[in-house]
Amino acid sequence: MDYKHKSIKELKEMLDKNEVTSEELFKEANTLAHSTEEGNYFVTIIDKYRKRAKEDTLINGIPYALKDNFSTSGILTTASSNILKDYVPVYDATVYKRLKDAGAVLVGKTTLDELAMGGTGTTAHTGIVFNPHDKKRLIGGSSAGSAAAVAAGIIPFAIGSDTGDSIRKPASFGGVVGFKPTYGRISRYGLFAFASSLDHVGLFSRNVEDTAIVTDIIKGNDPKDMTSLKDDNLCYLEHIHDSIKGRKLFYIKEIVDEEIYQDEDIKKTIRTFKELMEKLKKEGFLIEEASIDEKLLKAIYPVYMTISCAEATSNNANLTGIQFGSRKDGKDINEVMFNARTLGFSELIKRRFVLGSYILQKENQEKLFLNSLRVRRLIVDKINELFKEFDGMILPASGSVAPLITDDVKSEKLDPKATVLENHMAIANFGGFPSITLPMYYHNGLPVGVNLTGRVREDSLVLNMAQKIEDVIGIKNKVAGDDDV
Amino acid sequence: MYKVVIGLEVHCELETKSKNFSSAPNLFTMTPNINVATVDLGLPGILPVVNREACYKALKTAMALNCSNPSEIMFDRKNYFYPDLPKGYQITQVTKPMGVNGYLDILVNGKTKRVLIHQLHLEEDTASLEHNSNFSLIDYNRSGIPLIEIVTEPCIESAEEAVCFLEDLRDVFLFLDVSEAKSNYGQMRCDVNISLMKEGSNELGTKVEMKNINAFNSVRDAIEYEIKRQSEILDKGEKVVQETRRIGEDGKTYSMRKKVDAVDYKYFVEPNIPKIPLSKEYLDSIRKEIPMLKLERYKLYQEKYGLSEYDAGVLAKDKKISDYFNIVVENSNDSSIALNFVTTSVLSTLNKLSITIDEFPVKALSIAKLTSLVHDKKISLDHGKKILYKAIKEEKDPIDLIKEDHLEQINDEDKLLNIIKEVMDNNPEQVRQYVEDGNTFVYNYFVGQVMKTTKRQANPNMSLEIIKKELERRKSDGK
Repeated sequence: MDYKHKSIKELKEMLDKNEVTSEELFKEANTLAHSTEEGNYFVTIIDKYRKRAKEDTLINGIPYALKDNFSTSGILTTASSNILKDYVPVYDATVYKRLKDAGAVLVGKTTLDELAMGGTGTTAHTGIVFNPHDKKRLIGGSSAGSAAAVAAGIIPFAIGSDTGDSIRKPASFGGVVGFKPTYGRISRYGLFAFASSLDHVGLFSRNVEDTAIVTDIIKGNDPKDMTSLKDDNLCYLEHIHDSIKGRKLFYIKEIVDEEIYQDEDIKKTIRTFKELMEKLKKEGFLIEEASIDEKLLKAIYPVYMTISCAEATSNNANLTGIQFGSRKDGKDINEVMFNARTLGFSELIKRRFVLGSYILQKENQEKLFLNSLRVRRLIVDKINELFKEFDGMILPASGSVAPLITDDVKSEKLDPKATVLENHMAIANFGGFPSITLPMYYHNGLPVGVNLTGRVREDSLVLNMAQKIEDVIGIKNKVAGDDDV
Repeated sequence: MYKVVIGLEVHCELETKSKNFSSAPNLFTMTPNINVATVDLGLPGILPVVNREACYKALKTAMALNCSNPSEIMFDRKNYFYPDLPKGYQITQVTKPMGVNGYLDILVNGKTKRVLIHQLHLEEDTASLEHNSNFSLIDYNRSGIPLIEIVTEPCIESAEEAVCFLEDLRDVFLFLDVSEAKSNYGQMRCDVNISLMKEGSNELGTKVEMKNINAFNSVRDAIEYEIKRQSEILDKGEKVVQETRRIGEDGKTYSMRKKVDAVDYKYFVEPNIPKIPLSKEYLDSIRKEIPMLKLERYKLYQEKYGLSEYDAGVLAKDKKISDYFNIVVENSNDSSIALNFVTTSVLSTLNKLSITIDEFPVKALSIAKLTSLVHDKKISLDHGKKILYKAIKEEKDPIDLIKEDHLEQINDEDKLLNIIKEVMDNNPEQVRQYVEDGNTFVYNYFVGQVMKTTKRQANPNMSLEIIKKELERRKSDGK
């Protein structure tokens, strides 16, 4: 039997009616994971079925995958880096523990860009993650394996992390739903830190309702994470079909102005986006165009890089091979650390660390780091000002379909055509806003997503509005290889 | 001659239940790597959770050192690679320390000296390393233990002042009950910055740093040695090299590394700890918990109770003894008798039995009552002391003892007269000596007899007066 197109709710019903067992679902997922190994979705595929639930939940017995940068006791966790290629953690990340307690069944640990630092899914120590829709294309990153595994229909949901758009961009390229709630809504305890002030835990699924179901399980205050929010005591699933009548959205004129782009594919995306806006208006949304100073928009990417590289340099300073990870020989302690880091990281990672270190140096800090923090604040203030009037910001999640895997892409060379269009989703990381990407349309069989971002703490409303948008678009529960796309 | 300029950086481990950012116990142990949580190992994915008690104690110490406090608590990261620093950064405070611009008044040879405090901040300790010939071992027990660092202004001018400051600072920690501050356990340790400048000059000399000195005597040795060493260099017209030195077991200092450039620690705000606002109410509530410190008590004892410098010093030095004395003196109607009881009987007993004041069996309030009884002449001083020693020996309340043994003084005139009459009737020869020979020496004999009969309960002065009257009466009767 094919379970690929089933939603979590449908699978749960089948489990409850004994039409399928949790172990059969696991085995099916395991078989699929092995049969798609050439796609490099997983670093570790778990072959032994293990389930544990204290009480029945909506995900009890449902298989899922975790990005390989969540600490899982006794299970290899590499962050897709050579320096951690043999690292087996001794403790569980909060999100993993909550899923385990809810009875979800872990199928594997998914590939990411090394240490989650990258947006292509091409930099893992185990190789490039291919887009299940087209093997010549990338899936995007850094949560590449989680996006691909859900897009390929191996599992109904997968956990990822999102620092710039690491869930929401690959969701766009994979034709799946990718959601990161408000900063602090889901505990970061056990997530290998990339840039702590920007890191979010989130997930992929194939429809908005499933996203609400899983978020309801993994959200909530965690005393182990001081930045975690107080419980909102809301069931997102219960509110998912609330009326959206009168809800106001804006899009940013400077990003979706068809005139400024030459690329026909981008123009197509923008036209499709505008058509969607018209449909949404008919369904009761109020949608307006807002204008934001281009200087601020152009600053998004450099500000993101500056802050994330700076924090990453410090966050990854624990990777020395002394306490854990791959130890390398050396004539003294300094050389041991030096060799472990020299051999353990790829060139791209070293480049980011050098950048981060440079940015934090005393003589550069004011100009580079502190100014970036100020611009981050300006951008967030501007969005919050708009959020006084609007309930959400809606924009294309990418300019077009997933790019082909080329050397330029792998080396993180920027595409000058659409820098702002491709990087605006980092706004949600700057402000900690809840933000979701869902499939908008297929272009030559390849998906392109739309992104909705809402006010801080209003995760329930964002999911509620996203549900309506999904209904209007009419794309859900699709997997790669479906004929009708 | 040169003017000596010394600044100190003092580290003190705080006494708390758990570590500064993890739930591992904060306990001193010789068994390596048992008080360790994932956070203390810097494992990937860990997050710090701030210890409330450590913040409280750091703020309290900052207040006691007359520092101003910030409006919110925040932490920064100090980034550097070293094997004893598992995260690759230390969580510390740079932007907003727990206290800035404070001072501590200390006594140096009877004179008050104000040592200016630049800042006090809260941070975490590193792991400890043990180097062997071809390998090193890491013990993470110390990793993450809350540490306060107190940085003085360069205003200390001699080894004597430095050591006095360290001793008084340790007493501050003890009085506030924030740390045991045992330097032999490395709980209190100190970096010394020292430079010499020409007398009358405004230009600071080249600074030499000496790191991680535990014992106060070593601080003294190191400073004295450096003053001598640097003076000799300057006398020769040569220049002192800016460097870090260590102190050897011989009390001499040795060069560790020349300072080329200051290390850039790339500080930035710790993103995993949200800013914690400090309300005025919370700060006030901490302020209320600060007890009177040593120097204040020392001055108060002299001014209010007229104690000698020596006695005031002895009592003010130890907070618990001083607190004990305060209860005695505040509840007694005679401060000099109170002082007498505490300094002689109580302190000598502590010495003799090698016990602390907490273990002393007699409550301060009972001693206060006892001294009041002495003052009111209900019992004699001598008698009071005897009761106290008996109370210590039997671990009983001296006031109960007085009641049990009817040891209260007999001050009733009629009662005394009856006793005296009986004594005289039993000693006709001594009565005769007075009546017939006018021998007044018998007064003392009768007082002695009365005391003997009453087991020393009789008021001796009253007894004497009554004896005189009774003998006189018998003399006139006999005529």
